Amino acid sequence: MPLLQTEKLTHTYSPGTPFERVAIADIDFTADKGECLGIIGHTGSGKSTFIQHLNGLLKPTSGHVYYDGKDIHQTKDLKVRFKVGLVFQYPEYQLFESTVFDDIAFGPKNMGLSESEVKERVHEAAGFSRLSEEFLQKSPFELSGGQKRRAAIAGVIAMMPEVLILDEPAAGLDPGGRAEIIENILAYKEAVNATLIMVTHSMEDIANTVDRVILFDDGVIAMDGAPKDVFSQGERLTAMGLAAPKAAMVAGRLRALGIPLGNDIYTMPQLRAALNALKN
Amino acid sequence: MLKNITLGQYFPGDTIVHRLDPRVKLVLTIVYIAALFSAQGIWGYVLMFAVLVTCFALSRIPVKTVLRGVRPILIIIIFTAVLNIFFTDGETVLFQAWRITITQEGLYAAAFMVTRLFMLITGTFLLTYTTSPIALTDGLELLLNPLKKIRLPIHELAMMMSIALRFIPTLIEETGKIMQAQKARGADFESGGLIKRARAVLPLIIPLFISAFRRADELAIAMESRCYHGGEGRTRMKVLKTQARDYMALFGGAAVLAAVIILRRLAL
Ligand SMILES: Nc1ncnc2c1ncn2[C@@H]1O[C@H](COP(=O)(O)OP(=O)(O)O)[C@@H](O)[C@H]1O
Ligand SMILES: [Mg+2]
Repeated sequence: MPLLQTEKLTHTYSPGTPFERVAIADIDFTADKGECLGIIGHTGSGKSTFIQHLNGLLKPTSGHVYYDGKDIHQTKDLKVRFKVGLVFQYPEYQLFESTVFDDIAFGPKNMGLSESEVKERVHEAAGFSRLSEEFLQKSPFELSGGQKRRAAIAGVIAMMPEVLILDEPAAGLDPGGRAEIIENILAYKEAVNATLIMVTHSMEDIANTVDRVILFDDGVIAMDGAPKDVFSQGERLTAMGLAAPKAAMVAGRLRALGIPLGNDIYTMPQLRAALNALKN
Repeated sequence: MLKNITLGQYFPGDTIVHRLDPRVKLVLTIVYIAALFSAQGIWGYVLMFAVLVTCFALSRIPVKTVLRGVRPILIIIIFTAVLNIFFTDGETVLFQAWRITITQEGLYAAAFMVTRLFMLITGTFLLTYTTSPIALTDGLELLLNPLKKIRLPIHELAMMMSIALRFIPTLIEETGKIMQAQKARGADFESGGLIKRARAVLPLIIPLFISAFRRADELAIAMESRCYHGGEGRTRMKVLKTQARDYMALFGGAAVLAAVIILRRLAL
């Protein structure tokens, strides 16, 4: 049984007004325990709307969401929000406490944990996000952009969710900051064998990290498969307003020039290895 | 919850009411209010109601939207009705118990007051439903322009108003986002007593203020870097021009006002 599943999930914003908009339509989706998923799609394709259903923040217009086999909208239980942790886009804008420590503690406190447990959770989460003790006592507003982002992500990790969903976790950061964030997230995933769902419109971010890619296009799932199968369809991706990872594009161009490269190349190390193999 | 804030929000469309010059619509709204307060007796109200319904029909605003817009003000309407029923002196007593007296005059007064209030609110909503905030402030600035002579900062006031109007939807959207983000961390905005609820809004209010200040800062810098220096010598991209339909509408407004006054004189 999949850990997380949706059935014919549809969401319409502002129904019955001139602003009516069907954001997602009839989405059937599954995610297993420990899986590492990437959701890609151009801006406005419905990714953010979709993931807000997975922990019950948005109510489906029609369709169902199942966590561990149970329909999450059947019971008015907030626990699913702690099981399925959701990090919004630009999570640093949600920081509000006077110290980073207190902010990370917000989630665990809402879970009703004891003070010592909360403390333990905060330190554990700070460890994954590589925030030192000294940072924990600072005001979140003294931190740099990348540090704020890491603190905000730690605030969700501290709830120890079984499924961790992140909406554009690396958006607006420099390459160093991006790599660091992705590293932190993977560290958490590995440590507790969590299911990881990363939303992005950047292929590069997920090319190296995920086992499965789901592609959203105008509110429906257009592709769902292993990265090599999705990334090898450069033309379809371009038609949907996306670009294949750079390595896949370079490999494609070289193939067109008659160089015998396989069409399963989508990361730089793979490309380097394949080219080295040809040289020898 | 946030989606229900429709209090007079612009409802896009392309009808004759939408296309009227905003200055004309502002003037007509004032004329409408004046006529509404001049109306006396049943026929005056019937005429005003017919005018209101015609304008709404022309603007194609769904009845549902109008009623939803009135909902937040329902409590004021009910309060007015109650006050009028119990505190109007009159001859024909319908009901009396203890210190409470209900008279026929009181019921009439309440009915008229409620109708008037309802028509006042929906009538002014028609203006904001059919006029975009930008057009509205433009119209207001132009109408009030003569007051610049007595050194009232009309341009600055209009600019403040358009910035405020411009950012209302943005802040509503932002509030929604922050609320979702805090809910994802288990925040509970819906249950608990007064104190618990008041405390629960902190995680919402603080980020909202910070972001409002950040936006204000960015906007000020953006305006300055485009050499904004107040209204002096500024030209407009969209120059408002009155057309035949605007004069017709003004004429119609004047006719309605005159009719209401005549009906009142005839004491119908
Ligand atoms: N709160 C909202 N109200 C109305 N429409 C919305 C709202 N949020 C998103 N939408 C619309 O739904 C569509 C999908 O948006 P979203 O889920 O944010 O896509 P993505 O995250 O892929 O960019 C877009 O067309 C967007 O304009
Ligand atoms: Mg999004």
